[in-house]
Amino acid sequence: MEALAALEQQAREAVEKAADLKALDDVRVHYLGKKGVLTQQLKQLGKLPPEQRREAGQSINVAKKQVQEAIEARKLQLQQAELEAQLSAEKIDVTLPGRGQRSGGLHPVTRTLQRIQQLFAGMGFESVQGPEIEDDYHNFEALNIPEHHPARAMHDTFYIDAHHVLRTHTSPVQIRVMETQKPPFRIIAPGRVYRCDSDLTHTPMFHQVEGLLVDENVSFADLKGMLEEFLKHFFERDALGVRFRPSYFPFTEPSAEVDIECVICSGEGCRVCSHSGWLEVLGCGMVHPNVFQHVDVDNEQYTGLAFGMGVERLAMLKYGVNDLRLFFENDLQFLQQFR
Amino acid sequence: MKFSEAWLREWVNPALDTQQLAEQLTMAGLEVDAVEPAAESFSGVVVAEVLSVEAHPDADKLRVCQVAAGDTDPLQIVCGAPNVRAGMKAPLATVGGRMPGDMKIKKAKLRGVPSHGMLCSARELGLSEEHEGLMELPADAPVGRDLRDYLALDDMTIEIDLTPNRGDCLGMEGVAREVGTLTRTDLTPPAFEPVAAAIEAQLPIDVQAPDACPRYLGRVIRGINPDARTPLWMQEKLRRGGLRSLGPVVDVTNYVLLELGQPMHAFDLDRLSGGVVVRYAQSGEQLTLLDEREVELDEQTLLICDQERTLALAGVMGGVDSGISASTENLFLEVAFFTPEKIAGRARHYGLSTDSSYRFERGVDPELQWRAMERATALLLELLGGQAGPVCEVASAQYLPVKTAISLRRDRIRRLLGFVPEDVQVEDILTRLGVTVTADGEGWLATPPSYRFDLAIEADLIEEVGRVYGYNNLPTANNHGDLTMRPLPEAETPLERLQALLVDRGYQEAITYSFVDAELLQDLEPDSRPVPLSNPISSEMSMMRTSLWAGLLGAVRHNLARQHSRIRLFESGLKYIQQDEDIKQINVLAGAVVGDLYPEQWGVQTRAADFFDVKGDVEALLDIGGQAIRFQAAQHPALHPGQTAAIMRGETQLGWLGCIHPGLARKHGIPSKTCLFELDMDELRKGRVPSFEKLSRFPAIRRDLAIVVNVEVPAGALCDSIHRQAGPMLRDVLVFDVYQGKGIESGRKSVALGLILQDSSRTLTDDEVDAVEAGIIAQLEKQFAATLRE
Repeated sequence: MEALAALEQQAREAVEKAADLKALDDVRVHYLGKKGVLTQQLKQLGKLPPEQRREAGQSINVAKKQVQEAIEARKLQLQQAELEAQLSAEKIDVTLPGRGQRSGGLHPVTRTLQRIQQLFAGMGFESVQGPEIEDDYHNFEALNIPEHHPARAMHDTFYIDAHHVLRTHTSPVQIRVMETQKPPFRIIAPGRVYRCDSDLTHTPMFHQVEGLLVDENVSFADLKGMLEEFLKHFFERDALGVRFRPSYFPFTEPSAEVDIECVICSGEGCRVCSHSGWLEVLGCGMVHPNVFQHVDVDNEQYTGLAFGMGVERLAMLKYGVNDLRLFFENDLQFLQQFR
Repeated sequence: MKFSEAWLREWVNPALDTQQLAEQLTMAGLEVDAVEPAAESFSGVVVAEVLSVEAHPDADKLRVCQVAAGDTDPLQIVCGAPNVRAGMKAPLATVGGRMPGDMKIKKAKLRGVPSHGMLCSARELGLSEEHEGLMELPADAPVGRDLRDYLALDDMTIEIDLTPNRGDCLGMEGVAREVGTLTRTDLTPPAFEPVAAAIEAQLPIDVQAPDACPRYLGRVIRGINPDARTPLWMQEKLRRGGLRSLGPVVDVTNYVLLELGQPMHAFDLDRLSGGVVVRYAQSGEQLTLLDEREVELDEQTLLICDQERTLALAGVMGGVDSGISASTENLFLEVAFFTPEKIAGRARHYGLSTDSSYRFERGVDPELQWRAMERATALLLELLGGQAGPVCEVASAQYLPVKTAISLRRDRIRRLLGFVPEDVQVEDILTRLGVTVTADGEGWLATPPSYRFDLAIEADLIEEVGRVYGYNNLPTANNHGDLTMRPLPEAETPLERLQALLVDRGYQEAITYSFVDAELLQDLEPDSRPVPLSNPISSEMSMMRTSLWAGLLGAVRHNLARQHSRIRLFESGLKYIQQDEDIKQINVLAGAVVGDLYPEQWGVQTRAADFFDVKGDVEALLDIGGQAIRFQAAQHPALHPGQTAAIMRGETQLGWLGCIHPGLARKHGIPSKTCLFELDMDELRKGRVPSFEKLSRFPAIRRDLAIVVNVEVPAGALCDSIHRQAGPMLRDVLVFDVYQGKGIESGRKSVALGLILQDSSRTLTDDEVDAVEAGIIAQLEKQFAATLRE
């Protein structure tokens, strides 16, 4: 029996010494395999006297079990160590940048246009497009700006020929919609417009959004309410000061310009608002009866409100851009700020 | 309209400070553009009298003067002005005083002679552009008086940006009326009496175009003093109104222009022959204007003539031959009302814009002419002496504007403004505006005053009610009408989706000008007819684009010059093509790609983006619509002849994809690896509504096939042929390798294809698949001389 104890001790030591799973398995085979030294012990039981066999068998089985358990324990230990080694070997630098394409971005004017369209879509306005090379009738005449009207001089028109111009505003889209459809109308018309003027604060092309709502019960009060709501949502300022100033557009009567409290200085007065505390952002009014007459809408049955806004101006104020000309240089250093 | 605040307060003086006054005007629609001091800041400048002038011992151009400046002993002043003389009065900047620009006056020695101050020119004080020497003050100017005080320089100039409808406010009187209305303040206009005729002289007036000139007043004034000078108070009012002093006669007519808003003209009577004729020009007639420009006239132009010559463009500008000169002693004064529509646009037609045409185009009060004539006569006689003849008037009542009563309905006010003020308020507002109001059934009958050309219809009056009531005092509502659902065509891809796709694939959106350089456009699109602008800003922006590539390539160049080597841009918008008589305005989506496919990074091998990378982007765009598209080799003048694809859906071409033509790239300084695409937006947005197909529960079988064909055979043609041959059992064909080189005969290429076969109702047997594969191979052999790769 001393021999068995020694053998067990020897096996335990071998298990402890096994440096990896392979070595451990070799130890298992050596002691517990079919021809393993402990297994052999069982086979030699027959050589013992019968009355000893039972006890000796039990002892061998206990020894085998002990060794088996030692192997299992060692195996777990080795597996754990191996996993740890693997984890440690597989460590990566998670601060390295990700692979592949990066996102580009929309032009700030488009970004602003989409925002305006979304806000008005929420009020049921449909976006419509019109031609940019426009005829004199739609750009001027039908909007109550006859030839030689002083308002034409304010438009600095680009001419294609005697009867065609680059549209100077998005208002002709109003006419195109009204002359082909029946009221009520609820549209906005975003797009490019052109004026023959180029300096620090003017580019020969810029963007406007025109809006038109014609129905049986639309008033100047609604115009005020709607634009005030729009401006507060656009600038995301609930307490934004908004004021309506009488103005003149040939195609609206009454006409107004809309000022907001300067978003740069909050009305304190700064360079951007010429120290007035106010910024002009919109022109608007009630559709002029002469315009309705041109498109055959009954001026007694319907009233309409219309407005137009400069998109670059709104984008400049929203994002703090200080130079209008940057919008059309397409410098990536500029564009990439708006993704 | 620019004017002196002090002048306005002579007319109407509400209890408001300058700031409040400006605010009131702005909020009533007379937008105040600028409020500025009437004179630059200076101090310690007094009225002085030059007592004696002696030569400077050491300088030819300097004089040594003894100058009286009030209480002190005479001061010695060294002066270089050519007009300095004993007895004259001029401004003196005293020691310790400050000049504009904060220059301090100190005792000084000029070429060794001490000087105790500085005699000033008007320019040095910021009061004039002229620099002809010392500013000469009137003989009665009180010596020692502070100049700011004497000239009332502590005044502001107010500039209002008038809208074209408010011609009535192009004079002090009009602005005063408006301020009076807004502030409920009575006007205190200057008093003047009509000037009775002292002589009989008159000039015959023959108005041959009464439609354009319904009222013409003429008056002769004889014997004015040609040496008279414009008094300083008048010069200052003119200056603060933005007008230069041009001699007393013109100054008086300009003064009346600023005061009443009535343009008038003074002719040198001795240079007129016979009488005055008002007529339309004959085509081709010539006239030399006051600015010495010669213009050729057309038949819509109204003229003032005498019996021999053309004198003036009526309501616009006088001619050089009949104007006032320094020796003029006898005048013919003209005050007329010209019909706005007949004058409108005439000045612009001749490249002119004058104070006169500006007012006549907007409408001058047709009832103002008599008053203006009397006012001007009184001022002229006061300043220049002389004797006036009778006022001669030729008026044609049928062409004068007719005052018409406008019906103003209470209910209409409510419908338009969303609110009606009390009747008394409406009546009060209109009455204060000079409108005659009588109650009438549902509202009022309102007759606007003659000076308000802009009040013609009911809506105009409603605006006035709202304006004077105050837009910001009107209620605010939130009635946006009944909500109705809009059609939402599902097969139409929203523009935003296409933009988002490109953005997600690393593109940056650009917005470039719609007008581009003609030469670049010609090189890009020699076969399209572009639309030229008739008045471009510059030759680089003279042609409407027929392709968005022109602008995008400009943006590429701009960025290359600024250290960007990887550029991916797209733009959407119209291009414009002349087709016969029509101009087609076509909505397109275009892109340009230069440089590496990916931004430089650690884990990916750097390589330049090529045709197939950009094609992948274009295919992704087209995938959204889900329509069958094919790319076919094609030619485009801007693109590499071997790397250009026409993008087709059926027989419709959707656009172009290709690498830039190397020759064009070299010429315009663009990298030769630039890839470009342009897609018709309207076509691109045509998609389809998904339609369900039953899912197959049966396995798909893949067979790979490597075939060898001539290099010219397009992969697309192989795939099309396979699809046709195999029928519906073939789900898909993949091209997973293309190889040329070792092991393949020269002029041939190997194409590896994966065939995916599946049936929705059963599992395909090997025999069936073998048969399909054999059929495909046979077809490819027949059609493309394809062989199976060993």
